[in-house]
Amino acid sequence: MAEPILFCKGGGCTAKLGAGVLSRILERLPRGPEDPNLLIGYDRRDDAAVYQIGEDLAFVQTLDFFPPMVEDPYVFGQIAAANALSDIYAMGGQVKTALNIVCFPENMDLNILGRILQGGSEKVIEAGGVLAGGHSIADDGVKYGLSVTGLVHPSRMYPNNQGQAGDALILTKPLGVGIICTANRVGQASPEALNAAIASMTTLNKTASELCRDYPVHACTDITGFGFLGHLHEMMDGRLSCRIAADRVPVFPQALEYADEFLLTAAGQRNRNHMGDSVRFDGVSFAMEEVLFDPQTSGGLLIALPKQDAPALEDALKKAGLSAAIVGEILEKTGTEILVTKEKEMPL
Amino acid sequence: MIHVNAMGDTCPIPVVKTMNAIRELNGSGMVQTLVDNEIAVQNLTKMANQKGYGVTSEKLEPGKFRVVMTIGEGSEPDSTPPEEETCLVTPAAGQKKAVVVISSAQMGSGSEELGRALMKGFLYALCQQDSLPSTILFYNGGAALTCEGSASLEDIRSLQAQGVEILTCGTCLNYYGLTEKLRVGEVTNMYVICEKMTQADLIVKP
Repeated sequence: MAEPILFCKGGGCTAKLGAGVLSRILERLPRGPEDPNLLIGYDRRDDAAVYQIGEDLAFVQTLDFFPPMVEDPYVFGQIAAANALSDIYAMGGQVKTALNIVCFPENMDLNILGRILQGGSEKVIEAGGVLAGGHSIADDGVKYGLSVTGLVHPSRMYPNNQGQAGDALILTKPLGVGIICTANRVGQASPEALNAAIASMTTLNKTASELCRDYPVHACTDITGFGFLGHLHEMMDGRLSCRIAADRVPVFPQALEYADEFLLTAAGQRNRNHMGDSVRFDGVSFAMEEVLFDPQTSGGLLIALPKQDAPALEDALKKAGLSAAIVGEILEKTGTEILVTKEKEMPL
Repeated sequence: MIHVNAMGDTCPIPVVKTMNAIRELNGSGMVQTLVDNEIAVQNLTKMANQKGYGVTSEKLEPGKFRVVMTIGEGSEPDSTPPEEETCLVTPAAGQKKAVVVISSAQMGSGSEELGRALMKGFLYALCQQDSLPSTILFYNGGAALTCEGSASLEDIRSLQAQGVEILTCGTCLNYYGLTEKLRVGEVTNMYVICEKMTQADLIVKP
């Protein structure tokens, strides 16, 4: 462990504002004249904005920053950057440029800031991008992130809401990092659990996104603050339903343990409140419910693609060293948008 | 009763402090926790329900909530089935945002006497529901129900204690000369009434 960072109120994506509050504000924003080149704007609730600049070229823009969720500034920098870069990958894009966004207390040791930026910069390089600048603000608490621009072919981007009935759903990282970081905050996480969570959060979604290019992916999103179920809800787009087989969903086993000890975040409860009756559980344990609502920082990709192609992609992701799994299937719209059952069987 | 002050603490600290206090009880007893936000109340309630403790909660003032847990004899963690919750602070997750509109002191048209009795019965039944509305709006003749002399004051107070927002039209109070007699909830205006109704998922008008 390097120099400790003063802990902010619940770091990472647990610091996100609730989806309910946010959509009320966004709905009220004035809109200028429509620009046909804006392929994806905020009203689509997608991972990043996409703007077409030529027949076969569009740029993907995203911005993400948050307070620390781990003590080590270098690791925090890596996680914050991996999380910000992830939105480009969730759209199927290539990372090009990144700008640092920094809030840092004036009287704090600047070496800490140096370590944060070093971690972030290394992830931008790993992503194949170039760090092009940034902006910093003196603030009470530490916050760090990136604004990232990438490129994508307009017909090859992955919207988050174009799934189809009959698609299988693949998740590429285990769930539960939010609960593990929360347990760590109160000194109750084991070093093994924390290390596993850190390894997952610092892993770029680059490989997963690149492997997707060989498959007819209909929809893709990354799991962050709204939790697995929240992002799945956005993917259902009000016109689809799905069934999730809870036992197939990759989770960190310690996250289930800590959930049973009620080391729960406020953001997880907000996610639960927001999801309301869109989700129904059948025989799923309390701990697993909590993990499915748990806000993820730098979570994995959730991918929808035709059932017949899913096993091959799952296999390719696993061969690349990712804890990926087919976790469910998209159905025609029914009364219950998301049904989570205990069964492992998936009619694939 | 052990008192836990978790004001200013973010989740999961209120739950951690409360669980420590329950451990200190070393058996049956009560633990009272003060928190400053509703999400913390929900997380505490969730914990109590899983553990099978009795739990009640109330809003003491804006930004101050009290959660009281009753730990029974032998209510070992995970050994007892969850008890019926005695009180829900907010509509359970899974709830659409329902707004109840009370526009008259009577329910339905016909006999006035029956109408008044029905309205009293409705408000009583409402406070016993598992899923509560987020807000109740009282206007015109309904404004009298939140004022001195109303037969439903206790029920409306109970709804408020369970986290339901109680709003009475200020213009109506003024018109009926009841402004000084409001006994439960807040005074509101047409802008808010209009907003609450247009943003509700469900409007219930008895």
